[in-house]
Amino acid sequence: MAAGGGLLGGGGWEGSASQAPTAPELMFDLSIDTVRELNQRLHDLAEPARVLVRNPGGRHAIAAGLNAAHEVVIDGHVGYYCAGMNKHAHVRIAGNCATGVAENMMSGTVIVEGSASQSAGASAHGGLLVVRGDASARCGISLKGGEIVVCGSVGHMSAFMAQSGCLVVLGDAGAALGDSLYEARIYVRGEVASLGADCIEKEMRAEHLEQLRDLLERAGVESVDPGEFRRYGSARRLYNFHVDNLGSY
Amino acid sequence: MAGMLEQLSDRGPDSCGVAFYRDPLPPGSCKLSVHSPSPVDWEGLSVELERTFGSASAPEVRASHAIFTIGAEAEEVERWLSERHPELRLMSAGRSIEIYKAAGSPRAFVRNFALAELGGSHALGHTRMATESRVSTEGSHPFSTGLDLCLVHNGSLSNHNRLRRVLAREGIRFQTDNDTEVAAGYLTWRLRQGASLEQALGSCLEDLDGFYTFAVGTADGFAVLRDPIACKPAVMAETEDWVAIASEYRAIAVLPGADEARQWEPQPGRVYSWSIQRAEV
Repeated sequence: MAAGGGLLGGGGWEGSASQAPTAPELMFDLSIDTVRELNQRLHDLAEPARVLVRNPGGRHAIAAGLNAAHEVVIDGHVGYYCAGMNKHAHVRIAGNCATGVAENMMSGTVIVEGSASQSAGASAHGGLLVVRGDASARCGISLKGGEIVVCGSVGHMSAFMAQSGCLVVLGDAGAALGDSLYEARIYVRGEVASLGADCIEKEMRAEHLEQLRDLLERAGVESVDPGEFRRYGSARRLYNFHVDNLGSY
Repeated sequence: MAGMLEQLSDRGPDSCGVAFYRDPLPPGSCKLSVHSPSPVDWEGLSVELERTFGSASAPEVRASHAIFTIGAEAEEVERWLSERHPELRLMSAGRSIEIYKAAGSPRAFVRNFALAELGGSHALGHTRMATESRVSTEGSHPFSTGLDLCLVHNGSLSNHNRLRRVLAREGIRFQTDNDTEVAAGYLTWRLRQGASLEQALGSCLEDLDGFYTFAVGTADGFAVLRDPIACKPAVMAETEDWVAIASEYRAIAVLPGADEARQWEPQPGRVYSWSIQRAEV
């Protein structure tokens, strides 16, 4: 799970292979500039900008709270909550992420060229998170409408209590996938170690194949057949009212 | 190590400690790390040690700690020290381990103990944010778990009081009401029963209740264990020249060539061990 090949190694600003890289308008070097200076500048900019961040050095909260369609490339490994609460911006991380990348994202895209630690995309309301490597435990926990595509595998308790949105895993899923799931959809191509409470396999219908095809395309994943995936969702026994449980109320 | 500790000083701002493995001694001699909370005549202690055991080095003093090299078995010297000098705290014993720790900010610790000048084959460090017991030098990590063994812990244990009583009945002695010291005592007890380090760590999964990422230092390497739900973070990195584990990548980022290192997260509930001669998982 080596880092992506730096700025020019992994395609364009939005991670799309067809788009040529463009020169950045703003550069930050986090061995000199502080994360606070970087984030404040990105929050203050009136117009969307192309931004390059060098030497992230595992620092926390890089490019968090963006609220404009900036195109940000981070050239290295980042710490906690990178691109958290993202709105509109397109953030590409040419490295690995610690806990909570794109947590609570509202819109935009976040692309991780390496692997992501725990709780990637936690509670995301919207937007697309793509992890080219693996994501560890609790990927997409409490997902609220965001979309996540993991090209490798995910750890245990992924999509725990996910309410809405979609988690796509090209590799394997760890134990207790989709535990206490609400209405989020889960697609897994590889092995599932075990399903969590109230999570079941469901039929792949045409609408699901179509959704998956669209998501893989937007994630820049090529030559993967949506037909190779299985779909998992909520059995709806845990959170729905059931007349047999009347005595408990 | 100094740079790594400084990176994580805001994560654990109240105390700091390190175990360095360096200058291994031949069989039949031992190295003790001794801490005194108040000023003490280290030279005088060295003379006493020499008189009792035939040979003892001059003290190598580092802030509130001193290292002694003695031409005797560690257990014998440990027993003597606890009888003659109950006011002193034995931090570690073995043939290569040295433990230094103190309450206070990690930055001050690195400066006061002149850590930057220490070398060795491997080392463990810890910055603490106390949750289960008071902030004190004794409550800081690493905890010695036997000769040339020590433990650092990120997390908290919930069954430590009961386990402490069980272990005390088995003859394990405790200096504090700290939860990690119980984990260290548990490992000491299992090793004393004849378990390998891997077996002893494996049985932690059964007997310890709580959150933990453990790193255990050994004479020739280290081992790692995370609790079964991986509540606490850990990242490992490896190059041709070194292997490292930390709670966060930013501590590893200060190492040479970290950008290009192979990185991964240790799996929950699985024992990893490394030694200078061989690497195995």
